Amino acid sequence: MGKAEVLNVPVYLDYLSTTPVDPRVAEAMIQCLSMDGVFGNPASRSHQYGWKAEEATENARGQVAELLNADPREIVWTSGATESDNLAIKGVAHFYQRKGKHIITSKIEHKAVLDTCRQLEREGYEVTYLEPNSDGLTTPEMISDAIREDTTLVSVMHANNEIGVVNDIAGIGEVCRARGVIYHVDAAQSTGKLPLDMDAMKVDLLSISAHKMYGPKGIGALYVRRKPRVRLEAQMHGGGHERGMRSGTLATHQIVGLGEAARIANEEMQVEGERLKALRQHFWSSINDIPEVHINGSRDHRLPGALNVSFAFVEGESLLMSLKDLAISSGSACTSASLEPSYVLRALGLNDEMAHSSLRFSFGRFTTQDDVDQAAKSVRHAVEKLRELSPLWDMYQDGIDLDTIEWSAH
Amino acid sequence: MAYSEKVIDHYENPRNVGKLDADSDNVGTGMVGAPACGDVMRLQIQVNDEGVIEDAKFKTYGCGSAIASSSLLTEWVKGKKLDEAAAIKNTEIAQELALPPVKIHCSVLAEDAIKAAVKNFREKRGE
Repeated sequence: MGKAEVLNVPVYLDYLSTTPVDPRVAEAMIQCLSMDGVFGNPASRSHQYGWKAEEATENARGQVAELLNADPREIVWTSGATESDNLAIKGVAHFYQRKGKHIITSKIEHKAVLDTCRQLEREGYEVTYLEPNSDGLTTPEMISDAIREDTTLVSVMHANNEIGVVNDIAGIGEVCRARGVIYHVDAAQSTGKLPLDMDAMKVDLLSISAHKMYGPKGIGALYVRRKPRVRLEAQMHGGGHERGMRSGTLATHQIVGLGEAARIANEEMQVEGERLKALRQHFWSSINDIPEVHINGSRDHRLPGALNVSFAFVEGESLLMSLKDLAISSGSACTSASLEPSYVLRALGLNDEMAHSSLRFSFGRFTTQDDVDQAAKSVRHAVEKLRELSPLWDMYQDGIDLDTIEWSAH
Repeated sequence: MAYSEKVIDHYENPRNVGKLDADSDNVGTGMVGAPACGDVMRLQIQVNDEGVIEDAKFKTYGCGSAIASSSLLTEWVKGKKLDEAAAIKNTEIAQELALPPVKIHCSVLAEDAIKAAVKNFREKRGE
């Protein structure tokens, strides 16, 4: 019996959305809050409270740098991956604007990247939004073809937050470096889950987030390469913290939390990755005999614990209603305010119907085999129930091709 | 999405799910919506010689409110005359189910479905 079942709460299978703080991380953070702990301002130079806090944040900087195989001086603390993306993209675009005002990204980036690019368009920059292939991947060749004389920045994510597919960032980095273009990677979903080596990969900027890797919310970092040096225009001005790139008093407890999360991830990544991949494969093999079930995005290039699946002829929101024992998310429009199905699934070339019927399952550190078995059982039951209710399923079984029908779109 | 108890009840125990013989003379079929929009309703009514709906069945592909709206509709139309059934307003459905504003279109679809079923029946009869 899984823990969630005992507690009578839904089984949490939404680790791409956020993760619980690891108890070891929480413990490290608690040490940095109260009078008898490391509560000082790391910028205070005149007493030991400040020195101790600085030691704690610098230790964490080293832990994050080690996870990325980078120099600690290349780590800039931010409030999270959204801020890191903003700082990287706006910072580079503004600093190098005399060189050019063209940026390349993909259509399935996180909104923190896409919306930042939209803002730069309003400021007069030109942005190319590359369409990924049907596997959801953006390839080095696509980047190479899109680079122009005036391109200053490429921003293409490592792992996608909705479908979990993983891009060849080392390959894209090679192309960018050869063409003299700065390369930014949103690695919010992959840090601590997949190996990242800044020494070997030609990545210039890399955004990370603590809460996707069992650290606290509200803290992240931006890796900023020193050799060859990448320059940024600061977006947050003030006391000149973080070598002028991001002002604001360092949140010692948050930073220590991220550092400890990075240390644990570094230690456990390989074993945990294999465990999650096995759970994912077990889950898929327990549901793939349901008719008309499809994996969205590449089967081979994906995060170990993530799977996005479309169940034809049933609608995602009603599916979620039947899966109250599971905490998962859907690409269906009906779960959002916009009534538009997922832009990520649309960009993959999925028709609206398949986008409406998608579910994202993401497994993590505290997911057990029992949890996965329960999920598979519930999903099978829900899909069968809703197909009984579905006129589309009726028609499919009668051999009617739904594409030949003239629907009254509304 | 926080749904009312009525929506959840209809969703969990949908009334009158099924299919009537679409080729039969006394059956009218209305199919509205589109898969691309995330909802398709098929409503069928069986009408007796007095012009009273004596049976109704539905199948719906869509969100919880779409399923609840069509389930409720089948309950309401049974025993009604065709004109009465065709006069059911989406606002009545939305009110009964306490649909949130973003889900009002589900009740509109249900209204369209009964109108389409009545129209189909009358066309069959050459009315």
